Amino acid sequence: MNALAKSFAVAALAASVALPASIGQTFAATPADTLVIATTIDDIVSLDPAEIFEFSGGDLAQNVYDTLVAFEPANLSGGYVPGLAESWTISEDGKTYSFKMRPGVKFHSGNPVTANDAAFSLQRAVILNKTPSFILTQFGFTADNVKEKIKAVDDMTLVIETDKKYASSFVLNCLTATIGNIVDMKVAMQNEKDGDMGYEWLKTNSAGSGAYSLRGWKPNENYVLEANENYWRGAPSMKRVFVRHIGESATQRLLLEKGDVDVARNLSPDDIASISSNGDLRIDEDLRGRIMYFSLNQDVPVLAKPKVQEALKYLVDYEGMANTFLRGQYTVHQAFLPLTYLGELKDKPYKLDVAKAKALLAEAGEADGFDVKIFVRNAQERMEIGQSLQNTFAQAGIKATLEVATGKQTLGIYRARKHEIYLGAWGPDYPDPHTNADTFAHNPDNAFEAKNTGKLAWRNAWDIPAMTKETEAAVEESDRDTRAEMYRKIQKDHQMTSPFAVMLQKIEQTGLRKNVTGLYTGGAVSSVYYWTVKK
Amino acid sequence: MLLSPRFLRSILKTAATVAVTFAGLLFITFIIGRVMPIDPALSVVGDKASEEIYQAARKAMGLDQPLYVQFFYYFRDVLQGDLGTSLLTARPVAEDIVRVFPATLELATIATFFGVVLGIPMGVVAAVNKGRWPDQIVRLLGLFGYSMPVFWLGLIGLLIFYGVLGWVGGPGRLDIFFEDVVPRITGVILIDSLIAGDFEIFGNAFSHIILPASVLGYYSIAYISRMTRSFMLEQLSQEYITTARVKGISEFQVIWRHALGNVMVPLITVIALSYAQLLEGSVLTETVFAWPGLGFYITAGLLSADMNAVLGGTLVVGGVFVGLNLLSDLLYRLVDPRAR
Repeated sequence: MNALAKSFAVAALAASVALPASIGQTFAATPADTLVIATTIDDIVSLDPAEIFEFSGGDLAQNVYDTLVAFEPANLSGGYVPGLAESWTISEDGKTYSFKMRPGVKFHSGNPVTANDAAFSLQRAVILNKTPSFILTQFGFTADNVKEKIKAVDDMTLVIETDKKYASSFVLNCLTATIGNIVDMKVAMQNEKDGDMGYEWLKTNSAGSGAYSLRGWKPNENYVLEANENYWRGAPSMKRVFVRHIGESATQRLLLEKGDVDVARNLSPDDIASISSNGDLRIDEDLRGRIMYFSLNQDVPVLAKPKVQEALKYLVDYEGMANTFLRGQYTVHQAFLPLTYLGELKDKPYKLDVAKAKALLAEAGEADGFDVKIFVRNAQERMEIGQSLQNTFAQAGIKATLEVATGKQTLGIYRARKHEIYLGAWGPDYPDPHTNADTFAHNPDNAFEAKNTGKLAWRNAWDIPAMTKETEAAVEESDRDTRAEMYRKIQKDHQMTSPFAVMLQKIEQTGLRKNVTGLYTGGAVSSVYYWTVKK
Repeated sequence: MLLSPRFLRSILKTAATVAVTFAGLLFITFIIGRVMPIDPALSVVGDKASEEIYQAARKAMGLDQPLYVQFFYYFRDVLQGDLGTSLLTARPVAEDIVRVFPATLELATIATFFGVVLGIPMGVVAAVNKGRWPDQIVRLLGLFGYSMPVFWLGLIGLLIFYGVLGWVGGPGRLDIFFEDVVPRITGVILIDSLIAGDFEIFGNAFSHIILPASVLGYYSIAYISRMTRSFMLEQLSQEYITTARVKGISEFQVIWRHALGNVMVPLITVIALSYAQLLEGSVLTETVFAWPGLGFYITAGLLSADMNAVLGGTLVVGGVFVGLNLLSDLLYRLVDPRAR
């Protein structure tokens, strides 16, 4: 054997050892009583309902915990229905709510669910004072008074007293939010450390009464749920739910096509288009609450001119974006309340109209255009929207540069009022119109020192004493129709006069295996439901 | 002698260098983390937090303290073995790293194995046949390996071998139903499943790792074969090779023993470097294959200003580099008599 031949023999031997052995594997569909979901869960930073404020965390809590007031998954537009509270009454002055607890319900631990647990859970959410706590503290609860204002008068009766009269739908809607989930007091307190009411423990564990108990959570990897056979709404048909973090849309699609997952929740428009002809799969659409907008910092003189603001609203290719790179994922929407919310406004007064925008700019004395920075986070979708804006702004002579940074970076700039134009998204925090009105149309103190960083109106230095009063009045109005009308009026004014251009509302497209039914992703008001799924 | 006084002295010297390297590494990473324009407190409390809650979080995280005080506390904790708690996972960083590092270790080791057993012979064959077709093929493969984005190669690999042919397992380390079935001992599933004697899980884990390991291995092969080729070319032109040939030693011996023997020292460095790089974790490969490893962990931490996670991960990477350097030093001594 010559040297060359020998060399090859050695190489071939090495290759036969190392080359991928083909493992003859057949991929069966997932078991009939098991649901496997591909999604992204890297936003979860805590599993404590008092702290959860991200989409994925909300999804998990929805299925592991229960709230006093809830929604019917198949009829979200029907509004709130009794949950762990079987019924409630409201005092004549509209300030005291008495909840009758549902009898016979047990936590996963076997402990009965009582009014004491409910009082404890709401009190601890106020006392722990995490980001979503404002959903409760806006009713006047503080760490000092909450044990007086929210209390169990007996095992089955919980009484909540607000500081003044609010629309009862507002109060009840807030109790459907993730922060309103009821925690097993005994289990939480068994795991208490340094008076933290079980916070450190509940960040990574669960103590609920929901349809599923949490079997395990591996950050950025997966979480696994196990059916609660004694669930008061009836034992779920899916006995196990596996939720896998799959960051890449193309990977999610492959898993779905192969049948290794039943549901893929983050498919890109391209992947949705490619699977739409696959007879084994189905695409469900659900209008979610997230809206996409851009806003103009009123501390920047040119952006404070009303005509400039109006011009910019005519320099957005709403339909173009929704029909091209965002196809199927957003619908054009131009008011700050998401569609399906009480008081929704369907008017769409703006479309791309360069001539009109130019005329408005001329009236504002800006006929030659100006330079401006748009702050965008480095997510694909946002950058594409940013580029579209850049393009349409340029048609009227406005030279926009995109300042691209990570989400956390742009947010820091925004909260410090250091942006010029900010391209952002906003999701409602609870299913009541006040959630968005409070941030888009309420700014009690515009001073920089007021540091109302949670409010978008403040972040854009938009001083609106009159609209602030209207927003405050709307939240106290108890007549539903009058209240809806008040929000419609505020939104109309907002549409015309605000430095906000609301452009789009999110549509969630979910890819499912054909045999999966009853998966509700929660619409604009809630989170995903697993216990309704059948295969 | 392996343990001569000179060797012991050099060990001590190395230990001192390592300590300084780590302190420097920590300091620089810490400073970068604190001056970069991402706010860790905001990462925790989120977009909608009120100013009061935001300030409370800053205080709880010690961010209201001067930088040197923060560094002092961090350094003190690290010396006591406490890497702090990750903001993103709400768990101790040390625990997180113990969870994610084995995933990277297992992948990098198999990929490097491919790189060595295929890359070296390929490089040798290419050098021996310089300019002829075997050389051209190896160089072409190397060129592809250098120029193809790993992200793309991974997706195409998944599409063909998982999607169409069904030869390998899909993304992730295991089919999800096998998660947490075997007790976790080393964290390396291939080993843990063998310890548990569960060959079904071993097979499943193998079918999942083979594709990402091959993709990463391809890059390793490209690098190692190229370096082997150039080292070999240099050796083959040396006079001792001519001498050996004149003495009538078989060509096989000349190439595989004399020449290759002499390139082992620089090759060890190359292999160690390539291995160390893979052990940092490849965030793109990990994303495509949903492989929960160190690269993804550090990157996610970085993007959210989760500095404890980033610093902890950096320490591990630093440790890997230092460790592999020491190991290759040791191997030199074994293969090169002059270094003893």
